[in-house]
Amino acid sequence: MSLLHYVILTPFIFALTVPFLRTYLRNIHTGWFVIFVPLVLFIYFASHLTLDIGSTPIQHTIPWIEKLDIHFTVYMDGLGLLFSLIITGIGTLVVLYSIYYMSKERESLHTFYIYLLMFMGAMLGVVLSDNLMVLYVFWELTSVSSFLLIAYWFQRQNPRYGAQKSMLITVTGGFFMLLGFLFLYTMTGTFSIREIIDSAGQISTHPLFIPTILLILLGAFTKSAQFPFHIWLPDAMEAPTPISAYLHSATMVKAGVYLVARLTPLFGGTMEWFWIITVVGIITLFWGSFMAIRQPDLKALLAFSTVSQLGLIMSLLGIGSLALHPDQSMNAMLFAGASLAAIFHLFNHSMFKGCLFMVIGILDHETGTRDVRRLGGLMSIMPISFTLSIIGGFSMAGLPPFSGFLSKEMFFTGVLTAYRTLESWVILLPLAAWIASIFTFVYSMILIFETFTGPLHLERLDKKPQEPPYGMLLPPTILASIVVIVFFFPNLLSYTILEPALRSVLPPAMLGLENGFEVNITAWHGWNTELFMTLGVILFGILLYKSLRHWKGIYEWISPKLSLNHLYDRLLEGGENGAYRITNLHMTGFLRDYLAYIFATVIIIAGGSLVWQNLLTLDTSQNAPISIYEYVLSSLLVITALFVVISNSRLFSIIAVGAVGYMISLFFVIFRAPDLALTQLVVETITTSLFLLCFYFLPKLRKEVERVRLRIGNLLIALGVGGTLTAIGLAAQGHRLFEPISYYFEESYTLAGAMNMVNAILVDFRAFDTMLEIVVLFIAGAGVYTLIKLRQSGRDAK
Amino acid sequence: MKFTDTILQTATRVLVMIILTYSIYILFAGHHNPGGGFIGGLVTSSALVLLAMAYDVRTVRQIIPFDFKRIGAFGVLVAVLTGTSALFFGEPFLFQVFAEVDLPLFGPRELATAVLFDLGVYFAVIGTTITIILSISEDQ
Repeated sequence: MSLLHYVILTPFIFALTVPFLRTYLRNIHTGWFVIFVPLVLFIYFASHLTLDIGSTPIQHTIPWIEKLDIHFTVYMDGLGLLFSLIITGIGTLVVLYSIYYMSKERESLHTFYIYLLMFMGAMLGVVLSDNLMVLYVFWELTSVSSFLLIAYWFQRQNPRYGAQKSMLITVTGGFFMLLGFLFLYTMTGTFSIREIIDSAGQISTHPLFIPTILLILLGAFTKSAQFPFHIWLPDAMEAPTPISAYLHSATMVKAGVYLVARLTPLFGGTMEWFWIITVVGIITLFWGSFMAIRQPDLKALLAFSTVSQLGLIMSLLGIGSLALHPDQSMNAMLFAGASLAAIFHLFNHSMFKGCLFMVIGILDHETGTRDVRRLGGLMSIMPISFTLSIIGGFSMAGLPPFSGFLSKEMFFTGVLTAYRTLESWVILLPLAAWIASIFTFVYSMILIFETFTGPLHLERLDKKPQEPPYGMLLPPTILASIVVIVFFFPNLLSYTILEPALRSVLPPAMLGLENGFEVNITAWHGWNTELFMTLGVILFGILLYKSLRHWKGIYEWISPKLSLNHLYDRLLEGGENGAYRITNLHMTGFLRDYLAYIFATVIIIAGGSLVWQNLLTLDTSQNAPISIYEYVLSSLLVITALFVVISNSRLFSIIAVGAVGYMISLFFVIFRAPDLALTQLVVETITTSLFLLCFYFLPKLRKEVERVRLRIGNLLIALGVGGTLTAIGLAAQGHRLFEPISYYFEESYTLAGAMNMVNAILVDFRAFDTMLEIVVLFIAGAGVYTLIKLRQSGRDAK
Repeated sequence: MKFTDTILQTATRVLVMIILTYSIYILFAGHHNPGGGFIGGLVTSSALVLLAMAYDVRTVRQIIPFDFKRIGAFGVLVAVLTGTSALFFGEPFLFQVFAEVDLPLFGPRELATAVLFDLGVYFAVIGTTITIILSISEDQ
């Protein structure tokens, strides 16, 4: 175990102590203890900034399931470090914020912080794992913790709906991704991302290559809320706001982006990878920003904004991947700029979106509403929140002097580069990016000005608004100051974070570079196309924002019946109904029907394979002579069995069944198996008495005379089962598929010191079987007990 | 299910004694002769079932005031623990050993860890069967 392993496991381990902290130190908000986890981890990760992690990544392995090539391998390079810093840094601020947001008295804080820590550990696991299977486990764990956190207020219906939706969509995507990982394993024979990337060149012609890309991207797109899977993210906003700020804008939704960035060295350079990611990203960018404008709920607005920004990052990664394309080697550095922009914007987005979410949380907390139609004129009452939202909002809109401007300019450069090198209809890329930026500008303005300027309607608010406690303002203020500082000194990040991360996305060796990249971000590039595009965005943005009332009607054109949400709901409903119908079809509630299914299955599978493998032979050559006792016993057995069926009384039938059992034990006596005979005798005694006990509760056996007609189906099944089992018994005689292991048991005295071979088998040779059998027996007993006792206590309660 | 059959009850008093003694013999005889934990457990259970049938469930509860669920759990635990103890000696799970030991009263005897395991089986079987039978017969 290296330190890095412990780092991933720390949140999980600390989560174990949270219930005790909550129980025994109830007067202190649990968050004050939890905050140390992300803080200490953040300091740990920050200490790696000075090391040259880009060229010397850290890697440690703990062997786990060696046969399946699954190892708990941690790997930290620039990309992993960037994400780890975001996870722990924003994590610290979110926990601090939640201390003021979540009430100590009313909320069940322990579950909140346990889920939060679980997520933190899982997310660190995703970004620091080198083994795809381990990554997948952590990946799904983030989905699970996200599900739990969205449904945190599970008493209400909307959080439950949102949680289910996010779970279904992300986990379905995850399953496809898992399939993609398995394909990768088939192609390369390893689960290690490092080793897979090293064999990148060999697999690109494999027939599974394109399906693998599609499957893995499905996982990434569902997780990162890309069109058309984005519909879960707005519904996830039912989570407490600190969670929305943390999981659903800064970290978890970026897991898909991480995966795409991480696998770019493998798949980048193929046109399919470029086209799928770029086009999906641009559509998501466009649609998200367009839909954000219509949202009256500020959190929903931010959710669609997150969708659109994730699309932006995704499309940049798509464009950047072209740097690895063999035909584009002379433009490699231009495309690498797009990848750099993606990383830079990912960082900026986490900062300003985290800040905005926290401001919206403050508004919600202090006014009791997030509805933009009820808010307004809060500028004079909440000046600090107003300033913070201006910084966050302008950064999101891509205005100077905020960091969003820099990455937005780099984004324009990226799409223009794609157009300039590929030409033709690729002009749609910059065009769509530009229009989406105008929409982004519009909704950023809505967010800032509709809430803080205009007339104040105190009567529409649930509470009298005021500035929140400083502890609540501190986290967004820290984020907002980073937004401003990064604009003025962007190169603070260049060689600490951006360049090492870029090395992971586009390994310099694959581009033929020796020393890595030169990263120099400046605010002023002269009067170039990008700057004019930004000016156009501002101009048209202001026009559209001012005339919003006049054109907002177009949203009414979108029929709710055509929306993706409607499709999702219908699919869910159809799935539930279909499952219900299929279940009803065969679960009749009659024991005899289930017996018929079981027996029919025996006939088809066991009997079928007998016929299919041509084993229906009767070999009597080795049989011992059949004695008179056996003839007598067999005929008695048949007569007794018939008696069970014909008898008019349950009591007689039960006793007759017992008699059949005793006769079988007589067979064991004849064949000199005293152990079996003894067991059979006792078992038969006890089951018969059990039968009699149950019989006491059964209704009287009614033989309906008119229904004693021959049922062909039942007759066939009965004959079939009897025939099949007899055939198996006879066939077993003549065929030996495996080498017998009985010679082992014959040595029971020397090996186990036991003269009773049967007992030696039970307690020594096959002791493991026996142990599991008694466990099963005990579970069955506990099952009977609980079924009966619970039913009784339920009845008593009534 | 309450009925009084004096002959059955009188016979039961004697029989239960014999059956229980025999069941313990069977349990320990299993190593070399027919028997073992499973059969022993079932024989013990059948003695208790006989008691329950001749008298009634309440009487059984009075005579043997154990919680049979716990006896079952205890048995499973014993079986698992005897198996685990092998791990402390660097042997695989459920590894059994045996040795000739000269006991003070019984003379030279063979002792085997397998018997301990069998004891677990014995208790698990008794606990489970009696739990099932008692729960069903106490159900109203």
